[in-house]
Parts: sequence; C-alpha cells; structure tokens
Amino acid sequence: MKKLILTTAALALSAGMAMADTVRMGTEGAYPPYNFINDAGEVDGFEREVGDELCKRAGLTCEWVKNDWDSIIPNLVSGNYDTIIAGMSITPERDEVIDFTQDYFPPAASAYVAASSDADIMDVVSAQTATLQAGFVADSGATLVEFATPEETIAAVRNGEASAVFADKDFLVPIVEESNGELMFVGEDVALGAGIGVGVRESDAELKGKLDNAITSMKADGSLTALIKKWFGDDAIHYGEDGSVVTN
Amino acid sequence: MFSYCADPDALGTFRWFSCYLTNGVHMSFYLSFVKVLALLAITAPVALSFGFAGAMAARSHVPPVSWLGKGYIAIVRGVPDIAFFLFFVIALDQGFEWMRHQILCPDWTDPVRQGNDFLVCSNAKLPLGSAPEWVHQTYSFFLAVITFSIVFGAFAANVLYGGMRAVPHAQLETAEAYGMSRRQTFWRVLVPQMWVYALPGLSNLWLVLIKATPLLFLLGIEDIVYWARELGGTKTSRFTDYPHPDWRMWYFLFLLIFYLGFTRVSEIVLEKLMVRLSHGQATTGGEALRKQVTA
Repeated sequence: MKKLILTTAALALSAGMAMADTVRMGTEGAYPPYNFINDAGEVDGFEREVGDELCKRAGLTCEWVKNDWDSIIPNLVSGNYDTIIAGMSITPERDEVIDFTQDYFPPAASAYVAASSDADIMDVVSAQTATLQAGFVADSGATLVEFATPEETIAAVRNGEASAVFADKDFLVPIVEESNGELMFVGEDVALGAGIGVGVRESDAELKGKLDNAITSMKADGSLTALIKKWFGDDAIHYGEDGSVVTN
Repeated sequence: MFSYCADPDALGTFRWFSCYLTNGVHMSFYLSFVKVLALLAITAPVALSFGFAGAMAARSHVPPVSWLGKGYIAIVRGVPDIAFFLFFVIALDQGFEWMRHQILCPDWTDPVRQGNDFLVCSNAKLPLGSAPEWVHQTYSFFLAVITFSIVFGAFAANVLYGGMRAVPHAQLETAEAYGMSRRQTFWRVLVPQMWVYALPGLSNLWLVLIKATPLLFLLGIEDIVYWARELGGTKTSRFTDYPHPDWRMWYFLFLLIFYLGFTRVSEIVLEKLMVRLSHGQATTGGEALRKQVTA
C-alpha cells in the first residue's frame, strides 16, 4: 500500500514537471470587445483569440483565469497567474511594477459618453479605478468618480451621478448604439497610452521574449490586423506589415 | 439547454427566459450557490472547533497556553475582516509555497523575492502551474475555509469562553464534591451546560457568517454576488444572444430574497435547538419547559 502511494506521488510529481509549460493567462472578463464572459460562461473576445494564437505560435499551453481588475497586478506578481491580457495599456507607472511585451493593440482612442449632448465634460466624470482614463480625468481638472467595474461607470451616467463617463471608445460604441439614443458621445476623442501589451512579471524575461516574437509574427502576416478588424470593425486603427500603426 | 434555443431573438418572452436562465453563465451562477452553501457547511463546524480550542486554551491554568488563547481571540477580533482577507490569504499562500520551495528545490539559488515578484520554483507552486483550473478553484476554496474559520473561530472562542463562565459555579463545586477530577468536571458538567448560554452568541455569528460570503471574491472565488453583478450588467447584442439593459436590480433582489429566506430557516432551526438545549437546565428557559410538563 505504501509503495502504491509513493508511486502515485512520484507519478503526479513527474507529470507536473512534464507539463510545467502551462501559462496561466489572467483577464478581467468584463470589458467587451477586449474580453468578456460569453453565454457559455467562458472567456471570450478579441484578447481571447489573440492570446490563444500567441500561445499556439509560442508553443505554450495556456489556461484562462478570471481576476478582479483591482487586484490583477498584485496577483500577477505573487505568481497566481503568469500574464495579464486584459486591455491593459502600457504606462510608465505600471512598467515600474511589471513588464510589458510590445503592443498587440495600437494606442486606441478614449471618448466621453453622456446622457445629453450639452453635458459638461469638465464637471463630474466617471471612470474605472486604476485606469489610464481615470488618471486623465483627474489631470483634466474635472471631478473624478471611480468605480471598480466598467458597468458601474456607465450606470453612474444613466442615473445622473456623473455627467459623463470616460473610457475606451471601442468599449463604449456598442453601448451607445444600443441605448436607443439615451447615451451619446460628447467632446473630442483622446488618444491615450502607448498601446495595449501583455503584462508579465519583471523576472519572467523568457516568457516575455516568446510572446514578443509571437506578436511580431502575428503583425507581420496580418493575422493580428484580421482579428482587430473582426472585433473592432473595418475602420479600426491597426498594424501594417512592418508593424507600424495604420489609421484609416 | 432546450432545442428551440438556437435563435433566441425569435422566441416569445417565456421561452426566451427559459433559454436565458439555463445558459452556461447562469449555470455558473447556480453553481456558485452550491459553493457558498458548501463553504458555510464546512466553515461552521471548523470555526466552532477553532473556537472551542481557543476557549479551552484561554481558560487554561498553564499561563503560556492561556496567553496563546487570549492572544488569538484579541488579535483576530481586532483586525478588520477585509484586511485579514487581503493580507492573510496571500501570506498563507506564499508561506505554503515558500515551505515547499525549501523542501523541493534546495538547489535553487535565486532569491525568492525579486523586487515586487514572489518567485518559487515551478514544482513548489501550489497548486502546480499545470494543474487544471478546478484544482486551483478547490485550493482557493480551502484557503477561504481556513481564513473564515480562523476569523470566526476567534469570535466563537470568545462566545464559548463567556458561555463556560456563565455555568453556575455551584454545579462545578458539586461535581468536585462528588470527587470528579478537573477534566471530568469540564467534560461531564461544564461542556453540556454551557451551550445554552453560548447559543445566542453563536447564532449571531452564524448569521454574520452567512452574510460575509461575498468576501469570497477577494480570494478569487466567484460567489453569488459576483455573478449577480456580472449577469445583471448591461449586455449588448454584439457579444451575447441575450442582450438586456442593466438588470442588476433584479438579480440583487433575488439575492435579497435568498439571504432573507436563508436567515429565516436558520432562525427556525436555531430556535428548535435552543428549546432542546434548555431541557433540564437551571435557566428561565429550562424552568419554563419544566412548568409545561407539570402543568
């Protein structure tokens, strides 16, 4: 009996070593079209497809993990998963704590949405906590109200708590389209950040290199552009074959 | 789920809801109820045993044991739950991994802490990085059970400590007069009688524990409140077959009914338990029962 247990334990351990290449991908699952939970309860969206393709090209086995936005960086550095692929823009502040691969999505426009066309975007503006947009609103001189989830930032505009919401335009477009005219874009679009990259631990240079190569190859053969067009429309800002950003 | 669910747009209201409420995400929602109930079912007895051990330690005549018990009660009761949940669980997890790292990877020369990163060798990971997702979920579930048990165990310890002191001293003196040892007095006279004094406090704890389960999401477990927020949020037709506006109110209303119903059931059970424990006790409750029988 003892031998049996030992053998099983040894088997379990060696199996663990053989499959040590599994990369756990952390995402939020609440930010369509970047990432969201589909009707079947799985992670879906642009980043799901990009991530799966990156893993295929880099020869990695990947598994998707959902995590709250608030604690998404602490859980990466303490090793609960290995990457953040959650529409996270590359910024100097984040780069001090974690590392980013090159961008897999170009610097996208952020926009204001309000319940009336004469809303004052310098008044009270809602944004998600710890995002580029929240930082921008705070610097713009408007009063910032922060929420833990994107959903709540929209709800704040609907119920009048905020006069406008400031977020990624690609996230806002479907919401405005289906609001029956209740919500509309106001003010100018703003391009923020240095594009969206995959977040990895600073000590994880090997994984970063693999993902960087995979992103380069996806940019070169146009498959990344195809995915961007699929999820963000044909007019979306995308990459040329040399990896440069193309705006239509 | 049903064969007619292929094209939800064409369905009438009733059929639409029958499809909507049985799709994959809703199944996860229902599963989270099972998770929360399982957590309560496991945590309550474990926390009670932590509490019992804490109370016994606090009453001990050996000073270090007594300090340990009293220290446990005082420290855990004094720290806010949310701080305890954020700090303690990450520390516990890293502690486990660090111990495994020391045993399994003695050859590893890199420091475990590199800047912000906490790094152990891949064999020391808990669970292993290659483990399927359900293993990760189960692991964090048990971290949650341990954390909840430690927190609520401290409160339970204080309640039980009070319950033990409330047992009339005459009872214990009588036991001693009959020649029982201290241990016999404790187990045969004190413990059977203390529950009736401890139960009101314990029932409070149980109700607080029921409501504390949303803290689970801090531990990465998708509990009922997380799913209610996620499912109730606005869904646009581009990303789902079942678009709807902000329905969070309805989902939270459902949670409200669930929690109230659960509280009511708990109250009924606790009341029955109280009657049972009061039998033959030297309390007003016990006295009332005696009068009922003789009348």
